[in-house]
Amino acid sequence: MSRVLIAGAGMAALRTAEALRACGYSDEIVVVGDEKYPPYNRPPLSKEALAGEPTLEQLAFRQKASTEDVVWRLGETVVSADLAGRTVALASGEVLAWDALVAATGVRARILPIPGGDSVRRHVVRTLDDTLELRPLLTPGARVVILGAGFIGCEVAATAVRLGCEVTCVALDPLPMLRPLGPDVAAELLRRHEERGITFRLGVSVSAMAENGTTVELQLSDGSTVTADVIVEAVGSVCAVSWLDGNGLDLRDGVLVDSALRPLVNGSPVDGVAVVGDLARFPNPLFGTGEWRVEHWSLPSDTGRRAGAVLGARLVGEGYDEVVALPFEPIPSFWSDQFDVRLKSYGMPGLADPDGVRLLEGDLADECVIGYHRGSELMGVVGIGMVRLVNSYRDKVGLGKVESP
Amino acid sequence: MALKVVVDMNVCQDHGQCVFAAPQVFQLDDDGRLVVLIEEPDESLRAAVEDAADVCPVQAISIKG
Ligand SMILES: Cc1cc2nc3c(=O)[nH]c(=O)nc-3n(C[C@H](O)[C@H](O)[C@H](O)COP(=O)(O)OP(=O)(O)OC[C@H]3O[C@@H](n4cnc5c(N)ncnc54)[C@H](O)[C@@H]3O)c2cc1C
Ligand code: SF4
Repeated sequence: MSRVLIAGAGMAALRTAEALRACGYSDEIVVVGDEKYPPYNRPPLSKEALAGEPTLEQLAFRQKASTEDVVWRLGETVVSADLAGRTVALASGEVLAWDALVAATGVRARILPIPGGDSVRRHVVRTLDDTLELRPLLTPGARVVILGAGFIGCEVAATAVRLGCEVTCVALDPLPMLRPLGPDVAAELLRRHEERGITFRLGVSVSAMAENGTTVELQLSDGSTVTADVIVEAVGSVCAVSWLDGNGLDLRDGVLVDSALRPLVNGSPVDGVAVVGDLARFPNPLFGTGEWRVEHWSLPSDTGRRAGAVLGARLVGEGYDEVVALPFEPIPSFWSDQFDVRLKSYGMPGLADPDGVRLLEGDLADECVIGYHRGSELMGVVGIGMVRLVNSYRDKVGLGKVESP
Repeated sequence: MALKVVVDMNVCQDHGQCVFAAPQVFQLDDDGRLVVLIEEPDESLRAAVEDAADVCPVQAISIKG
């Protein structure tokens, strides 16, 4: 009897387990996850679940018959792995042996080091528990200060405004969502969000915090202050990789892997190990030479399927080399809901030339599709509304697909 | 039991991801609203429909049978 051990119990873990079963692997699958919940859907945590009554029942992924016999070890943390000895150690001290290992521990919310910043009023939004904690604090009139103006920060800001809060968004970048979207689209979204009542304090950072009774005084780098009843930090993520230390892997940004999602040690892949979801930094020839880590919801499915097929072939002992040699070129897809704005993206808009952002359809002030080009190649598209049209561009992104003007 | 596709229209947000997975079963109409073309698809479409349910960002699709 062989055992696949999956570290982390998020969406990528679930999709990998399903894929292992789909390709005929019928021995043991053990999933160790530090949250107390089975895999659930995270995107609603900053959107509809934060606006309503977040429950596990609403968010949990459907469990399929094929994965009914998976052993879920929830509320337990993997603290180390020995890839040569094929074991992992849990926080409890227990050591588990495996025949194949899947790293699916994702990322955690980054917390800024701020002088005086040990306030209990600081929150993040990454887990169901985070959202359950934050939800009751978003009452009408509450002064909510969001640190960070990326997608999650803007989503939380939009949700909080809808709940009647007084929302200020503080960020170092001069425009919200600037890096993924470019200045023109970011400026348009800033305009829309200000119109809806979000106050932006851009180009500044928080230099200190001081608790003042039931509120917190934030000192900004331009000398001004903001008062908060609630602080939400949405300043990006930190990869949950420390448990993989000491195995010679490249852990500089997630885990560097090959196109079969096997981690590399000195350039050679480690068979029987796979990295999936937010953690995997993998090559994608569709977008050029290089490796990218993509924190989008579509990746757990794409990488889970790939890892399941590769590990499954190895464990079942059928066609391993053929499976490994198959191309892996997923098209990342992303969406974000902010007020009535539905953003949707395909490909890698962030790889465009600075002057490669062009309107493809519609009107920037209304609904539109924007193309992100490198040279004449379409690297990504972003839609504001126009879902059907932007969907029609999905198969046109990537090198050598369609040359557009 | 025959395969049956149920979309909770109160949950569906017309993302259209299901359309990529199973275009025979799901479509967005001219206004971008989801239309289920076949509510009881043939068994041969099971894998495609399962895929569609998996890729729906709001988990609006359930499969009976
Ligand atoms: C608030 C929010 C909104 C989002 N909105 C969107 C969106 O609109 N569109 C979009 O495309 N994407 C969105 N995303 C991103 C998307 O949810 C992620 O890409 C996806 O969840 C990644 O899945 P994963 O399984 O790789 O990682 P995760 O879902 O993070 O799962 C990893 C699990 O492993 C656990 N873990 C970590 N370390 C250990 C350890 N040592 N031992 C045991 N367990 C461990 C973690 O606690 C976690 O439960 C959003 C994410 C968040 C947080
Ligand atoms: S993917 Fe889900 S939300 Fe989108 S149209 Fe299909 S059922 Fe509706």
